[in-house]
Formats: sequence, C-alpha cells, structure tokens
Amino acid sequence: MASIDIESVRKSYGPVSVLHGVDLAIKDGEFIVLVGPSGCGKSTLLRMIAGLEEVTGGEIRISGNRVNDLAPKDRDIAMVFQSYALYPHMSVADNMSYSLRLRKTAKDKIASAVSSAATKLGLDPLLERRPKALSGGQRQRVAMGRAIVRQPKAFLFDEPLSNLDARLREQMRAEIKKLHADLKATSIYVTHDQIEAMTLADRIVAMHGGVVQQVGTPLELYDTPANLFVAGFIGSPGMNFLEGRYVKTGEGAGVRLSDGTVVPVAPRAGLAPETTVTLGIRPEHVVIAKDGMLEATVDLVEPTGFGIILHLSLHGLPFKIFTLDRDALSAGPTVRVDFPQKHLHVFDETGSRAD
Amino acid sequence: MKSRSLLLTGAHRLAILAYVVFALFPLFWLLKVSVTPNDLLYSEGVRMWPSRMTFEHFNFVIAHSAFPTFFKNSLIVSGATAVVVTVLASLSGYALSRFSFRAKYWIVALMLITQMFPLVMLVAPIFKMLSPLGLTNSLTGLVIVYSAFNVPFATFLMQSFFDGIPKDLEEAAMIDGATQFIAFRQIILPLTLPGIAATLGFVFTAAWSELLFALMLISGNDAATFPVGLLTFVSKFSVDFGQMMAAGVLALIPACLFFLLIQRYLVQGLTAGAVKG
Amino acid sequence: MMHQPMKHNRPPMMKRIADASEPYLYSAPALILIVAVMLVPLVVGISYAFRDIQLLNPFSGGFVGLDHFRALGQDQAFYGALRNTLWWTGASVFLQFTFGLILALLLDKPFYGRGLVQALVFLPWAVPSFLAGLNWAWLFNPVIGPLPHWFYALGLMDEPHNILSDPHLAMWGPIAANVWWGIPFFAITLLAALQAIPRDLYEAASIDGAGPVQRFWSITLPFLAPTIAITVLLRTVWISNFADLIVVMTNGGPADRTQIVASYIFTQAFKRLDFGYASAIALVLLALLLVYSMLIVLLRQTMLNKG
Ligand SMILES: Nc1ncnc2c1ncn2[C@@H]1O[C@H](COP(=O)(O)OP(=O)(O)O)[C@@H](O)[C@H]1O
Ligand SMILES: [Mg+2]
Repeated sequence: MASIDIESVRKSYGPVSVLHGVDLAIKDGEFIVLVGPSGCGKSTLLRMIAGLEEVTGGEIRISGNRVNDLAPKDRDIAMVFQSYALYPHMSVADNMSYSLRLRKTAKDKIASAVSSAATKLGLDPLLERRPKALSGGQRQRVAMGRAIVRQPKAFLFDEPLSNLDARLREQMRAEIKKLHADLKATSIYVTHDQIEAMTLADRIVAMHGGVVQQVGTPLELYDTPANLFVAGFIGSPGMNFLEGRYVKTGEGAGVRLSDGTVVPVAPRAGLAPETTVTLGIRPEHVVIAKDGMLEATVDLVEPTGFGIILHLSLHGLPFKIFTLDRDALSAGPTVRVDFPQKHLHVFDETGSRAD
Repeated sequence: MKSRSLLLTGAHRLAILAYVVFALFPLFWLLKVSVTPNDLLYSEGVRMWPSRMTFEHFNFVIAHSAFPTFFKNSLIVSGATAVVVTVLASLSGYALSRFSFRAKYWIVALMLITQMFPLVMLVAPIFKMLSPLGLTNSLTGLVIVYSAFNVPFATFLMQSFFDGIPKDLEEAAMIDGATQFIAFRQIILPLTLPGIAATLGFVFTAAWSELLFALMLISGNDAATFPVGLLTFVSKFSVDFGQMMAAGVLALIPACLFFLLIQRYLVQGLTAGAVKG
Repeated sequence: MMHQPMKHNRPPMMKRIADASEPYLYSAPALILIVAVMLVPLVVGISYAFRDIQLLNPFSGGFVGLDHFRALGQDQAFYGALRNTLWWTGASVFLQFTFGLILALLLDKPFYGRGLVQALVFLPWAVPSFLAGLNWAWLFNPVIGPLPHWFYALGLMDEPHNILSDPHLAMWGPIAANVWWGIPFFAITLLAALQAIPRDLYEAASIDGAGPVQRFWSITLPFLAPTIAITVLLRTVWISNFADLIVVMTNGGPADRTQIVASYIFTQAFKRLDFGYASAIALVLLALLLVYSMLIVLLRQTMLNKG
C-alpha cells in the first residue's frame, strides 16, 4: 500500500494546457474518486500517475518517492481500463498472471495468486476461456482480477463501469466497494458519473476545466458544495439556482429575487449588501405549501417510480422539485413553494460558496 | 415487373460469367497447351482441349532443364525478401502507428515518394553500385534490392494492421510490467499475426514477379530467377511451346498459393500500396 | 514493494534521450535500406545523366555536361516513346478503370457463390507480370493462340496473323495484357469503397422515390469520387512506368512502335549498356512525372478551395 502525493502537477499538449496545477494528497488505503464532466482532464491525471503520460510540471510521489521519470512498469501500480484492455490471445488465467510472469514470480505463487483472485471475483469456471468468449460483465471482472493478483501499491480505475448496462454497473459498484473494504488498497477511480462517485468514494475530487474544484467526503460535497460547479454537478436532479441580491433585513439577511421577493437566509459574514448572489436549493429540499412564498407554473410532471419530479417555471426560469408525495402527480397548473433556510446555499459573484 | 427483375438478374449473372471467362481463359490456355502433345499442337489449332493429354512437357521441364534451379532461386529470393521486409516493416510500421515524433512526417513523405518514382531509373546506378561489391549475379544482391523496393509499401500495410489494435493493450502491458519493446513483442505482434502473414504474401508475390532488375543484375543460369530463366528459354527455344507453358504453369503455382493466403487482405494491401502493383 | 524507485531528482536526461530515440530505432533499419538502395542510387543516377558512362567502354566516365540532353533533343525514338507512353497509359488506365468499375458494381450485389467468383476474377492480379505478358503474347500467336483465328473468323483480319508484329496494332497487345492484369486492382479498391457506403442511404433514397439510375448518380458516384480520383491518379503514374509487359511481349518493337519511355530507359541500360544516356532519359521522365504530380496537387488545392 502506498500514499500518493500530487504537487502542482500540470499537463499540456503542445500549446494546449489541459491540467493547470493539481494538488492532492492521497492517504494510504484511501479510495479517491476523480469526478467531472467529459474532457476535464481526469484521465490525463490518472494516466500521469500511471506513467502513461509525461508530466509537464510539478511532482508525483508514490510512498514519498518521486516517480515523474519512472516507467509505468517500475511504479508498481495496477490499472483497470474502460475498454478492459484484455489481451485477446491469452486465456483469462494468462491475462491475470501476465504481470507476475513478467516479474518472474515462482510458478506455484502465480497459481495461488490467480486462483485466490479468481475465487474473489467468481471467475473460477472461466479461467481457460479467451476474452472473446466472455460477456461484458465477465470481462470487467477479469480486468479487475488482473489488477488484484499483483497486490500493487495502488489501483487506478478509468471509468471501468461505463461499458456495462445499468443493472450490472450497480452490481459491480457494490463489488468494487466490497473489494476495497477487503484489500484496503489505495485506489483512484475516475468517473463522470456522480452517483458512482458518491457511493464509492472515501473522498471525492471534483474537477472542471483542468482545475480541482473541491476535495472532500461525498456528503461534504453534497451538503456544502464549494462553488456553483460542484453544486450543480453533484446530485440528480441537479440543484436549482436563482439569481438575486444579498440584503440585510430586520431579522437577519435575505436574498432579493428579481420580482422583489426576499428569501430569508442566514447572514453571511463575507457578503456586502446589494452584491449579486446565486441562491441554490436542491429539488428534494423544496417544500410545496399552499401558503408558500413563491408561485411557479407546472410544465411537466415526471414520475420516476421512486418519487416524482416536477418541472416548473419560476420567474420564467426552469426549476425542479423532487418529492415522494404521490399527490404531486396532480399538481398544477401552479404550485406555491417554500425554501427552508437550512437547505439554502448562497454563492457570491465569483461562484464561490458564501458562509 | 417480375419478369423485368428476372431479366436484370439474368443479365447480371451473364456479365459475371463473362468476367470469369475473361479472367480465366488465358490461364486455361496456358494449361491446355502445357498438356498438349507436340504433334497435336499445330494440327488441332484452336480446339479447346487436346484429344490426347500428356505430361511429357512437365516431365522435361522438371527433369531435363534448368527450371528447377530457377524455381529454387526464385523461392530463395522471394522467401528471403518476404522475411526481411516483413521484419523491417513490422518495426517501422509500429513506429509510424504508435509514436508521434518529429521526423515522422518526413519518413512518411520519403516512403510515399519512393513509391512514386520510376524504379527503372535505378537500374543503371544500382548495377554500378552492386557490381564492385560482388552483388551482381548473386541472390543476395537481389534480396537487398527487392527488400528496399518493398519496405515502404509493407510499412504502410503493417501500420494499418497496427492501427487496428487498441493502444490500451500496450498500456495495460506496460503497467503490468513490460517495456514498450516487450509489449510490442508479446502483446502486439501475436495479435498482428494475420497481418504479418498477409504482408509476407504480398511481398513474396511482388518479389516472385520482379523481372527488370533480375534481368539486369543476373547473367548466368546459376543465379537466374524464374522470370529470367523463362525469358531466356523463350528467346532461345521459341518453338517449344509446350515446355514453355509447362514452365509457366509451374511459375503460377506459388503465386496462386500466396494469392489464397492474402485474399482476405487484398483491400488493405492495395490501399496501403495504392501505387504498388 | 517490488521495485524501489530510483533516487530522487535523478536528471531525466538519459531517459529523455532514450524515450525520444525509440521511434527512430524502430524505423532505422527500414530507412537505412531505403536510403542506401533507393535514394543514393537516385542521386548517383542523376549524376550519370551528365557523364559518359558506358559499361563496355573502359575509357568512359568523363563529364559531358548537357550532351546527353542535346542528343535526346534530336532523338526521334525518344519522342516516339513519349507519344507511346501517353497512348499506353491513357488506354490502359481508361480500360482498366471502366471494366474495374463495372466489375465492382456487379460484385457489390450479393449472389450465391460470390466469394468464389471474387477469388476467380481477382486471380489475374496474382499472376506474375512477366507471365501475364508471355501468356498474352502466346494468345496472340497464330501458331498456338486462338485469338488471331477468332479475329479472322469474325472478319476482323484478312488472315490469322500476329498483331504484335503489326506496327499499327502492336500496342494493343500489351494494353490487352495490362487490362486483363489490372482490372482486379480497380475492382478491389472500388468494391471496398462501394461496400463502405451506408446501405440505409440507398433505402432512404428509394423511399424518397429515386430509381436505380438516380441512386447511382446521386449516392454511389459522389461517394466513390475520392477513391476514384486517388486510384486513377496514382495508377496513371504507376502504369506509365510499368515496362514489364512491353519488354516481355514486344521488346519495344516492331519498329519502336511499342517503346514507352520506361522500356526505352531499360533498353538503353540493359541492351546498349549506355548508363549515361539511360540516366538522362530517366531524369527527363522524372521531371515529367514531377510536373504531373504538381498539377495534381494544384488541381486538388483549387478543388478544395472551391469546395
Ligand atoms: N494526446 C492528446 N493531445 C491533445 N489533447 C489531448 C490529448 N489527450 C487528451 N487531450 C485533451 O485533454 C483534455 C482532457 O482529456 P481527458 O483527460 O481524457 O478528459 P476526461 O478523462 O476527463 O474526459 C481534453 O480536452 C482532451 O481533448
Ligand atoms: Mg476519460
């Protein structure tokens, strides 16, 4: 096992800068998820840790040792690819043992390592098959098996589940989590799927445009998003945003919306009165009330089975509510809503959270 | 409506038949004359098949002529050329497929240009250069020349095969503990085997057919390749048609075998070579 | 745990060099061979064009300046060869392409036994060119070949004679062999391009009411156009340099009526052993091909600019 330290790491392809200085300290045994929209540089960062991409600037350390100039093979890390990258001309067992054979591990040790990994992943009956003869889910398992036989210092995953159907993805997610609880190996997991990030991570690293936006536990990111990007990216359906101005009121503070309604919020020390702010509230926190403060028109009612999503227009802007209350099915043509104060997020002009 | 489509289908099949006949007739004629006894050759004229068949021409060619030597020489030259070119082209095709490096553009340009310019203009200088090295009248000299001529095309061909193999596989191997070269040898090459076989086939066929440089560089019978031998035979004994055609049929055999081998890859080969025969 | 990473702050110089040189190591053997056996002789050959190099004359080798080119300017055989090259190339490419396209269109339709038919009609491509030449020379030979007798029977000939020895018709011999031999090349490339056309495009066009002819003009041809352009242009260069069939079938004769520039170069070098003069002709041919390639590039540019 190992800690991994990333210090002001930059990456550019020629004149194009892709990562603008990433700092991250990963503790031994931690499960870190890099999450962000496509193209934000997650894979690039992961591949630099693996040694597959050159580091343009900064330093990467594994167990305290600088690895910038080490070949992938000398870093002792394992990686699971989105495409699985199984060797088509080798059997499942040979795929799994390839790394050990390259390291000239003794035959009996290889055999026991392969068989214990195969048992963990339920691959025992498939060991002699070629990858072509496996289903997508089975291939995914073999890719995992190939990573765990080596007991490497760290596991890297690059969107390992995105080629699976929804049900299988859910199942594998749980298995990866179990596996990590079992092996306690340092893991870095890249995904664009925020649910995967929330369910798997010890800590989430939210990235956008080559910059780390926030690092924290899943609930920290959910409950106290550091900026508008994180607030909007984490959670589904996404957080609602309303523009307004921060004002002091008799009882405390509030945000005055475009129609003049003042939504009361807890006072924020860092905000001067009359500054432009964005008010955020998650769909599940919005309360439908007959005497609610704001009125919205119902555009669409979307039952998901588990609950109901109401698509509304508030001051002409889209706004969503998530509720478990089946009565919402017959809501409309307008509803009145209230925003409980403790669930309101306020972001300043730069988009940063104001507390 | 129905009768019209029937008519179209009939015309289609008829046209196909015409092409098949056109493609096969010359080869059929070659075979026919090679099994026609000498005394029937002139008397039976344009008959489609002789009234009596004989293998005496094949017998003569195999037992009493220098053709077995020519055949052997051609096999050696074509085989060696195919192996050399395939090894070199695997390496250079891999470089073009997997690396981006500064000289890549120039290497590709150089290789394309060598495919464009008339090789016949190299006949004289190559002769002059090889002769002091003792490489004229030698199979080695031919192998060197043919290898150079075929490497550019084979490089593009191998590149197209490498391009078909995901880069992830090497990266996985490198993370598993391989160097790039070991990944190339243990992961990529085995997956390219069909491509390697096709390249071998293409180069073999090309070397087997080469005539002009062989004519120029080889003078004696000992190092003559099949085309040289056959052409010399034709100009010397221009009336022994049966024997010439028997020899021709023999020259056709390896070419046809390799054609079967590369059939599946014709498209890839011809587009890689676009200018190659 | 398996490997101890190397010391801190090791200068990455060595690794840089090793990484940067890797692709060059892979391509070096091929490059060396190409340079040694193609590029160097090319340069040497260009120098021969300005020297008197005759293999049989031990006193040759001196610098003669532009003498060869002056001689070339007076050489009627050379002008004849130029004309013949145009004729040979134009007719061969046109016929190969036309019949190749028709064959590709025929093979694009699925039918029973298509795989076998494909193998059979592509077979001529695998026949060594010298053998193709001999084979057709024999077919045209009235002693053993059927063609003169058929032409006679059809009334095309007064008596069965060999067109290869008829100065007015001789060029058709190598052209016929070349067409036979080269149809597969066009058919294979065009067939691949045809099969890359998305099928639902045809279905959509049919639903929109396009007949087979309209579909050909509005879908097939535009899709094939790039492939056609590139193969025809490159093939033109290749065929204009392709001397094997002519050397085998007619050796340039009768009366130089089938001599093309490439075979003329070969004859000068191989028969007369006059390497200097051969190289001078080669240089002119190279210049002509360069001009041709430039024209193509220019044409492409203007077409791209318009499109
Ligand atoms: N080899 C490359 N050359 C140039 N740009 C690249 C290269 N690889 C990736 N990029 C760019 O880097 C950015 C980050 O890519 P990537 O790390 O793959 O994103 P993610 O995995 O987050 O979707 C993208 O904008 C991509 O276009
Ligand atoms: Mg990615």
